[in-house]
Amino acid sequence: MFQVYLFLFLSCVALFSAMMVLLSKKPIHSVLYLTLTFFALAGHYILLNAQFLAVVHVIVYAGAIMVLFLFTVMLLNLNKEGQFPKTTLVKIIAAIAGGLLFVVLIGSLKSFDLATVSNPAVSQIGLVKNLGKTLFSQYLLPFELSSILFLSAMVGAVMLGKKDKE
Amino acid sequence: MGSASLIVLLIIAIAFAVVAVYIGRIFGTSSTNSVKGEPYECGIETKGETWVQFHIGYYLFALLFLVFDVEIVFLFPWATVIRELGVVALVEIFFFTLFLFLGLLYAYKKKALSWM
Amino acid sequence: MDIQILYKSGLIIVILLLSLVIAMYATLAERKIAGFFQDRLGPNRAGIFGLLQPVADGVKLFFKEEFMPATADKFLYVLGPSLTMLIALLGSAVIPWGNTLVIGNNVFPLQVADVNIGVLYVFAVTSIGVYGIMIGGWSSNNKYALMGAVRAASQMISYELAMGMALIAIVMMSGSLSLHDIVAQQHGIHWNVWYQPIGFFVFVICAFAETNRTPFDLPECDSELIGGYHTEYSSMKLGFYLFSEYINMFISSAMIASLYFGGYNFPFLHELGMSHNWLTIVGTFVLFAKIGFFMFLFMWVRWTLPRFRYDQLMRFGWKVLLPLAIVNIVATGVIYELFKK
Repeated sequence: MFQVYLFLFLSCVALFSAMMVLLSKKPIHSVLYLTLTFFALAGHYILLNAQFLAVVHVIVYAGAIMVLFLFTVMLLNLNKEGQFPKTTLVKIIAAIAGGLLFVVLIGSLKSFDLATVSNPAVSQIGLVKNLGKTLFSQYLLPFELSSILFLSAMVGAVMLGKKDKE
Repeated sequence: MGSASLIVLLIIAIAFAVVAVYIGRIFGTSSTNSVKGEPYECGIETKGETWVQFHIGYYLFALLFLVFDVEIVFLFPWATVIRELGVVALVEIFFFTLFLFLGLLYAYKKKALSWM
Repeated sequence: MDIQILYKSGLIIVILLLSLVIAMYATLAERKIAGFFQDRLGPNRAGIFGLLQPVADGVKLFFKEEFMPATADKFLYVLGPSLTMLIALLGSAVIPWGNTLVIGNNVFPLQVADVNIGVLYVFAVTSIGVYGIMIGGWSSNNKYALMGAVRAASQMISYELAMGMALIAIVMMSGSLSLHDIVAQQHGIHWNVWYQPIGFFVFVICAFAETNRTPFDLPECDSELIGGYHTEYSSMKLGFYLFSEYINMFISSAMIASLYFGGYNFPFLHELGMSHNWLTIVGTFVLFAKIGFFMFLFMWVRWTLPRFRYDQLMRFGWKVLLPLAIVNIVATGVIYELFKK
């Protein structure tokens, strides 16, 4: 019963802060609300007995990506409101893009079969040892390929940020 | 059990942080005048805006940090199962860290790691 | 079951109060040690040996004027110090402060939460530690504060990487992410520091950088940035920033002691022939002695070394510590395979 209340509370926090990401005027407030959303989602992972995933979510999203976002907001000097043009064309494009995403979400939810979900409280896949064993035997190739992805990400970042002087 | 104690700790810590900040408001005095609210720069009047554009160096380090942070997250499950998997895991991670090192080397060559 | 919940809540409150009191007296100890290093007396007026000085400081901070810059972001300005304090207090949860106490049929572990991802929890708490400083420095709307905050963020993320790599080497040694297991495996004198000297070196340096202590105190750097990220803060909000630095120092010392120096373990543990409960109590005292030593190390370094320059700091983090930590991981793996028990 306690878990149900916790779930409801976390969901409310997640939805509210996600709304505030869109509604707040200052970009930096949006960034911080997004962080709050990530924390609420990490709470959901703990409820699903996936502690490793939860803490990784906090480390990567809240700890790393949000710091990057904060820097981006400062780097692009986005602190003032109303810097983006809000023409009718932009609004129409945004509505179409958002609508398409909504359709995709509905479609994926419709095909989802609730009966296949096992009881999360007894599921052990989220525990770190099981995850490690699966990752380093069954999914070895994707894992190694991901390192190449990291390499390309790093090279790309350096290329963008550092132009050759000569 | 572990998570429940964490929640209790979180609640107590939040309560402490909020209450102690507001206690100061009760006891402290308050006065105001026109120059008091200005930014403090050792007595010199501030010029221009504070929230200005920052150097790209900070952003670049944050990007590199993000990549390495994700790598570290991958290494943690590996570190817990290295006993069970043995040499295979070692070879796997050798190639993984090799790519990591290549990236670091590239950044080094491009002088992205030297400040400014 | 009920008695366990009651016990845990009690333990949480005791540990929080203990961290606060230790942080309070660490401020006094720092000033006394500074006095000793600089051949002067240090504070000695409030109470005998200045023992009431922290209380006097606290009372002063509470009665000081609450000040807010007119152009500040009001909500974030208050949020910054509270968040810093909150995050500093959260770190104590997974540290095993001692073995178990057995009373009747009940076993009471001296640890708030033995989560099976303890090490990662610590890593996560460190990685979000940057928010309080960042928010405080940004919302003050002061150039120096912002500069300090951006420096802090950049420095903390840079040193976090090497810290994470050092933690991975520890996890490789123990095969578990639970701090309770890591400490329990270092029984007697089998401390990790003997097997992980490089990791220990990297971790301690990163701990200095993460707590923003000298020689890594560039975020507050008074000779360049007035007061750094807390330039515009006063009264208890400033107190929170200063105070959380000492709490962080305490938690970091506890982490160093648990990860590398055996936590509550001490040599010849079982030759003493004491009962389990007494061993636990002695072990807790031993742990606090180790923590005390590392806190002294923090202060010793602060009053001995000068501050880094910013480019030196970044170069050291990325070009020395990070490669060193990666090499340490690979070396640990190879040596482990060669000399498998």
